[in-house]
Amino acid sequence: MSVQPTAQAELTAPLYNFAYLDEQTKRMIRRTILKAIAIPGYQVPFGSREMPVPYGWGTGGIQVTASIIGRSDVFKCIDQGADDTTNAVSIRRFFAKIAEVAVTESTAEATIIQTRHRIPEKDLQEGQVMVFQVPQPEPLRGLEPRETETRAMHAYEEYGLQYVSLYESVSAYRRIAATASYPVIVDERYLMSPSPIPKFDNPKLHMSPALMLFGAGREKRIYAVPPYTRVRSLDFEDYPFETQRWDDVCALCGAEESYLDEVVLDDQGNRMFVCSDSNHCGERRAEGHVGPMADHALAGATS
Amino acid sequence: MTTQAPPLLRVNRVSKWFGEIVGCRNVSFDLHPGEILGVVGESGSGKTTLLRCLSGKLEPTSGGAEFLSKRHGPVDIFQLGEQDRRRLQREEWGFVHQNPRDGLRMRVSGGANVAEPLMSLGGRHYGQMRRATTDWLERVELDISRVDHKPRNFSGGMQQRIQIARNLIHQPRLVFMDEPTGGLDVSVQARLLDLLRELVRDLQLSAIIVTHDMGVARLMADRLLVMKNGDVVETGLTDQVLDDAQHPYTQLLVSSVLQL
Repeated sequence: MSVQPTAQAELTAPLYNFAYLDEQTKRMIRRTILKAIAIPGYQVPFGSREMPVPYGWGTGGIQVTASIIGRSDVFKCIDQGADDTTNAVSIRRFFAKIAEVAVTESTAEATIIQTRHRIPEKDLQEGQVMVFQVPQPEPLRGLEPRETETRAMHAYEEYGLQYVSLYESVSAYRRIAATASYPVIVDERYLMSPSPIPKFDNPKLHMSPALMLFGAGREKRIYAVPPYTRVRSLDFEDYPFETQRWDDVCALCGAEESYLDEVVLDDQGNRMFVCSDSNHCGERRAEGHVGPMADHALAGATS
Repeated sequence: MTTQAPPLLRVNRVSKWFGEIVGCRNVSFDLHPGEILGVVGESGSGKTTLLRCLSGKLEPTSGGAEFLSKRHGPVDIFQLGEQDRRRLQREEWGFVHQNPRDGLRMRVSGGANVAEPLMSLGGRHYGQMRRATTDWLERVELDISRVDHKPRNFSGGMQQRIQIARNLIHQPRLVFMDEPTGGLDVSVQARLLDLLRELVRDLQLSAIIVTHDMGVARLMADRLLVMKNGDVVETGLTDQVLDDAQHPYTQLLVSSVLQL
């Protein structure tokens, strides 16, 4: 027979532990994170828990965030660079409810930024933590399905295989065509997949003042890039690494240097390019920057 | 007889047991630089087990094999750490599987398969590797215009040629071959054997070739090792063994070759 809680306790006690995970689990994940920070780029296994969202919706990132978040933190969550997409809104609400932390859409105000696809345009600061939701932590997996073999490759720094994917790309497209999850070498030692961020964001990993934590829930791996760590994108001597460029500017704020999403407007072939980082775009417009389609209806929707 | 160069590989009493079952028992031989050794015998006689042991894929139960490595000098390959052994396999050896699917990456193009050993050894210049790849595809008589096709789009014989190019491009000193022409029809087999023989002679390679095909052994091997139930029952120069077999099993083996 279980003891029934009194009606009074039921009303006042929180239904979940602070930040959803129990304290033992958070300790385990924190230890994993510490190890990951100590060995930059190395994938540390951890006991990934069932979360109240399905695998693939960011369970790795949510567990990392839940383990490091405290009451004084300010939480920001982006999905495809935007603060107002369904997944971002849901995860932000989850932490607002379960950890009672302040939430924000401002990159500068946030202390923890959870993301899948982007690193914000605004330069990150010391003390900020980026938490990445990683679908596939193993950059070699597409070429080598055996986990025992990829582990040996990491252990002995045998990374020639990763270049096979670049070679394939160059022979097919005359350039390195990979655009996201572009493999990097961390601190000249471990090969790492930077999760599906566009290669446009890869240079932001290099010597970043912020701590970068990567959580893969389904694959049960956590890895990290500590602040001020060298991160080099792989390339060939005759085909150097380069990021995406656009001929257009952001239609709303006129930004030339940011990562742009293409938005199809109708079936007449009209389209516009807008900043994928909605907070960056909104701030620029608030500062008075004007793009060629600044009065478009979308400007109201994203501000 | 003049003094010879020291042997490239010195195998000393290598045995492999799978529990109660014997894989190979007390196999010893020397392999000299530029020499091709054929290992023949029926299915289950321990040929492949021996090859897997010597190529470092399988740990033997007992015995040693000393390889004259460029990097390490003479080393017992079973005493090497995993990292050094993998490096040795990468740098100085090749391994041609019977089934090209085991030796190729089926998801990447033929060209990338051939270039991979170069990248594993630190090649980072695409143009140079591309040239080496097409050179090698020419040498194994493949159509260069198909360099970017996936292996599954090639015939079995072509896949085997890709595998051979992949295992020779980094100029290994020793190549292990497990039934390199096993699954191929006779005419393709003949052409491939011709090619292999030429390459091996040109490059001054040493090779250990496992085969159950006496014709392959006759064409390719300088010396033969005849195995039965895990034991080496006869060894000697190829022509000597095939023309004047001493052991009853070898006599049976030689006489069972079909004559047309």
